[in-house]
Amino acid sequence: MALIEVRDLHVHLGESHVLQGVSFEVPEGGVTALLGRNGVGKTTTLRALMGLVPRRGRVSLAGAELTRLPTHRIVQRGVGYVPEDRDVFAGLSVDENLRIAERNGSPRYELVYELFPELKTRGAQKAGTLSGGQQQMVAIARALLNENSVLLVDEPTKGLAPLLVTEVAAALERAAELATVLLVEQNLAVVARVAQQVVVLDGGRVVHAGGAKELLGDPERVRALLGVHGGGH
Amino acid sequence: MSTFILLTITGLGLGAMYFLIASGLSLIYGLMGVLNFAHGAFLTVGAYATWWTSTHVGGGPGAKLLVGAIVGLAVGALLAALVELVLIRPLYERHIEQVLVTVGLALVLSALVEAIWGFDARQFPVPDWLIDTTTIFGANIPNDRFLEIATAVLVFLGLTAFLRYTRYGLIVRAGVENRAMVTALGIDVRKSFTLVFAIGGLAAALAGVLSGVYFGAVDPGRGTSLLIFAFIVVVIGGFGSIGGTAIAAVVVGLVQQYANYYASSGLGDLAVVLLLALVLLARPGGLAPKVAH
Repeated sequence: MALIEVRDLHVHLGESHVLQGVSFEVPEGGVTALLGRNGVGKTTTLRALMGLVPRRGRVSLAGAELTRLPTHRIVQRGVGYVPEDRDVFAGLSVDENLRIAERNGSPRYELVYELFPELKTRGAQKAGTLSGGQQQMVAIARALLNENSVLLVDEPTKGLAPLLVTEVAAALERAAELATVLLVEQNLAVVARVAQQVVVLDGGRVVHAGGAKELLGDPERVRALLGVHGGGH
Repeated sequence: MSTFILLTITGLGLGAMYFLIASGLSLIYGLMGVLNFAHGAFLTVGAYATWWTSTHVGGGPGAKLLVGAIVGLAVGALLAALVELVLIRPLYERHIEQVLVTVGLALVLSALVEAIWGFDARQFPVPDWLIDTTTIFGANIPNDRFLEIATAVLVFLGLTAFLRYTRYGLIVRAGVENRAMVTALGIDVRKSFTLVFAIGGLAAALAGVLSGVYFGAVDPGRGTSLLIFAFIVVVIGGFGSIGGTAIAAVVVGLVQQYANYYASSGLGDLAVVLLLALVLLARPGGLAPKVAH
């Protein structure tokens, strides 16, 4: 049974009809990657699921309708969000960035510090002074701090050095053991490593959905759908 | 020397009032993006509630002022919270409509005060010990100046502690930076909006009480006249910054006093506008832009 069901999702941003009836399902467990060329609506899809942009259509989580809920209520249903540009609070310390994300009495600091030990030593440092990779750790840590059934993760490796990409990919694998992950990612090597399912968008619509191995193992198909030499190998 | 000391302490007293009005204004804009032109009306209503209560309770001027001030602060905070819930909340992200509503509300509340209590200034209950003076290095300083400065310092410390050490303070500081991300962490940021409006209304009402003590009377135009300088303070200090607002309030109060005395009477207001222009040219975002601290 699908954990997330998206049906006929439409988003208009200004004059632009960004999502034109997007429909897909995310099975429970593992990582589903949302792929596509630049500007096809991947980030907008995640923002629409979060209720961060006005949208039309139906989104449900474990059968419960989310579309009419405000963003904070969607999160309280167990949806964690790691935005594209990290969006850490630059003027707050690392500790404060984590503390504000706590939603209940038992935040999972042990897990967070196990994955990102650097965050413990940099607790008092202002998040705005961290490197891009460290800010990404804070952004992922905020989502992992609470028990979520779903994590929406938007381009977590964007702009990171190769070593950090490996670290973030490892964190995503660990996260996928704890929650279902819907991942927007341009780095196909990361997709090949962590994802079991893929959904491909083009022109604001879903043009392909299926197994990650099947798609990434077919370079012609990858080139046709994503415009890149694929495979992630 | 004694004149300089008198001007300095009077300027600090004036700056204290500007800070009390501007701090709420700054947080409200920093967190919610709302330019609240009705903020001066919170001051006026708080001052009138204080005066009205003081005329209906017994005791000496000190007791009347204290009881009146408690009621005035409560009225200011409640009015502000009500305005946020009823008028501002349906208009978030609709900035033109917000400006129209807050300007309209300021006019309505001012007209309402005039209709109920008339245009004439009403004498404030000021105890003798506040009217008396204390001599410092030869300067006879009215005691109310010390009350204004001490109150503003306490409010500054209280707001700083609130922002730094409480969960709501953390939410406000984060919300000033990125409101959408706060909601994406599962926080109903609208509760913080109401709280910040109430705190702003309370601080404005406190400025209303202190302005009543400072001028010895309250009139319907008080809030509007002080609001103009509070806006200048907020712009100089940087929207959303309590520290920047405090520094700007002190500088504006002092510049106004010094210019009025050493240049020409009435030149103080012009000097403040010139100061605003200079700061905007040098630092367009103000002294400490967009971070609540």
